[in-house]
Amino acid sequence: MDFEFNNEQRDIQKAVREFAEAEMSREYMLELDRTSTYPADLLKKACDLGFLCIDIPEKYGGVGYGLTEKAIVFEELCRMGAGVGMSLGGSCFGLKVLLNSGTEEQKNRILPRACSGEGLPFSGAFTEPDKGTDIVTFPLGTTAVRKGGKYIINGTKTFITHADISKYVILLCQTDTNAKPSYKGQTTFILENPLDKPGYTVSSFEKMGWQTSHTTQISFSDFELPAENIVGKENQGFYNVMSFLTEFRIETAAAGVGMAQGVYEKAVNYAKTREAFGQKIGKFQSISHKIADMATKIETARLLLYKAAAIFDTKHDVPPHISSMAKWYGARMAVEVADDAMEIFGGHGYIIENDVARFYRDTRMLELVEGTREAQKNTIAASILGRLD
Amino acid sequence: MDIIVCVKRVPDTNEADIQISGNFINTKGLPFDVNEWDKYAVEEAVRLKEKYGGTVTAITIGDSESDDALRRAFATGADAAVRVSDDIFNGSDAVASAKILAGAISDIKHDLVLFGAQASDDGYGATGQAAAAILGLPYASLVIKLEADNGKIRATRELEAGMNEVVELPLPALLTIQSGINEPRYISIMGIRKASSKEIKVLSAGEISVNTAEIGNNSGTKTEKLFLPPVLKQTEFLTGSVDEIAVKLAQILKDKGGTF
Repeated sequence: MDFEFNNEQRDIQKAVREFAEAEMSREYMLELDRTSTYPADLLKKACDLGFLCIDIPEKYGGVGYGLTEKAIVFEELCRMGAGVGMSLGGSCFGLKVLLNSGTEEQKNRILPRACSGEGLPFSGAFTEPDKGTDIVTFPLGTTAVRKGGKYIINGTKTFITHADISKYVILLCQTDTNAKPSYKGQTTFILENPLDKPGYTVSSFEKMGWQTSHTTQISFSDFELPAENIVGKENQGFYNVMSFLTEFRIETAAAGVGMAQGVYEKAVNYAKTREAFGQKIGKFQSISHKIADMATKIETARLLLYKAAAIFDTKHDVPPHISSMAKWYGARMAVEVADDAMEIFGGHGYIIENDVARFYRDTRMLELVEGTREAQKNTIAASILGRLD
Repeated sequence: MDIIVCVKRVPDTNEADIQISGNFINTKGLPFDVNEWDKYAVEEAVRLKEKYGGTVTAITIGDSESDDALRRAFATGADAAVRVSDDIFNGSDAVASAKILAGAISDIKHDLVLFGAQASDDGYGATGQAAAAILGLPYASLVIKLEADNGKIRATRELEAGMNEVVELPLPALLTIQSGINEPRYISIMGIRKASSKEIKVLSAGEISVNTAEIGNNSGTKTEKLFLPPVLKQTEFLTGSVDEIAVKLAQILKDKGGTF
């Protein structure tokens, strides 16, 4: 068992770190956050350097590395950017559904555009106003009804990242409302430039943090979609989405490790320079032990993250409970580390310009996206306890 | 134009608490990087290749850990890389290092040889000059702009007091590159991918033209002592009106060599 990155992985880490440290200054990140600006310029630069589609095969315009390398990139972008890093990584949300389940024609047409950045952001529209994690108990409210060579789509999708600007959307719909269980009647589609088309309305939510990505709601009203825009087989959409989310949770774990590392470094630096009661505050055991705990938690989450990524890269699959462990722990750990950093900074942490508050707000989002901590624990518990009927 | 660029892996001592053991910096736990000036030299070499065609070969002295510097050169756009490595090289000073590098350079076809103006670790700023003398190449230092023209190279040099000087050299020539000559590109993932399939040629002392009696521990200089000078805390309170304080402060900065 080797716990070291190989040479290429170290080179990737160094390359992204150099980029992030130069291009994602605190001032710039705060400005993007304050103005709720999507980091389009950074996205273009990151795409030109191959960062975002690092794990898409070369024949589709990517670089052909694995999830481990993707996690390294994501960790570094979130270390400097917190939510801005998540906005960059999240710009590819749903892309892997197309890679895993799309036709060659779809992949050849769309993936190179995505890898160049021109076709980003990508959105994944799965959640509905009354159906978050639970898309299995009842049929989806968003329906796609076949009419000749088209599908007619009606319904509402909510908490959709970037739908106000996205070029492509992977959409999960109910195509067979009589299917038992209902999730066996769900189908994935790809929408291309939907913002230009009738029957597609997007509104945005105000939220607590992660200001550089708009969280939106899409309303479909007799929205027409050519039948060839189906992704994968009809009524297999649920499985496409589940396998994608199981993989993407590992990326979210990487965001957690990266954000925690970033805010931890701020705290360490502060503990080494800030003086109170005649000494550096890092000399107080209440601070130094906090830092030891933060470091231990980050390293624990990182081990879980790279174990999950390594399993995925070796087996092209990962047991859902492993990815759920990496996700919930990575996210929770990041929230706790940001909280500890805030405590070490004291009142200065609450001041925006010190850039601890942004990490504090942005880490909290990680626990809520792609399934809450509770939802992840359901997955883990089910793998241990079974159904217990 | 076939270009050779020499690079060095150095410890990044910027933010670290430096620990000295004997006459060496204790590098355990220190991050390493490519010498800053060498990054500019590699970038300039690759830009010249992209403009005029030809090849770029990166050379370094060191053990396998120095492959980092060569892989970075590959990822920037170098075509070949050579690492000269031998225990007998240990202890080489700047001139001895120049002899080793010249031995490797002389066996490779070249029109232009680039060095960083200095290295951030030992800071001699002499290896490039010495290599030029050993190889018998025309030489210019502290180059901040380069143009090739009909078998010649025109180099702009940075002088003191903000002056520049333009010199013309016949090829082959050797130049040392000043930081700021260009803006080194970010390393791309595509570059790293390409670098991973390229081979680093490793040569020992016996495989290059170098007199082993003149290098390593037989170098001309020997380090007697390496130490951190004691830190002197001097605090001076300036008094008077704001204008008077400003004048006093300006005078102090001027006396201490500060710049405005």
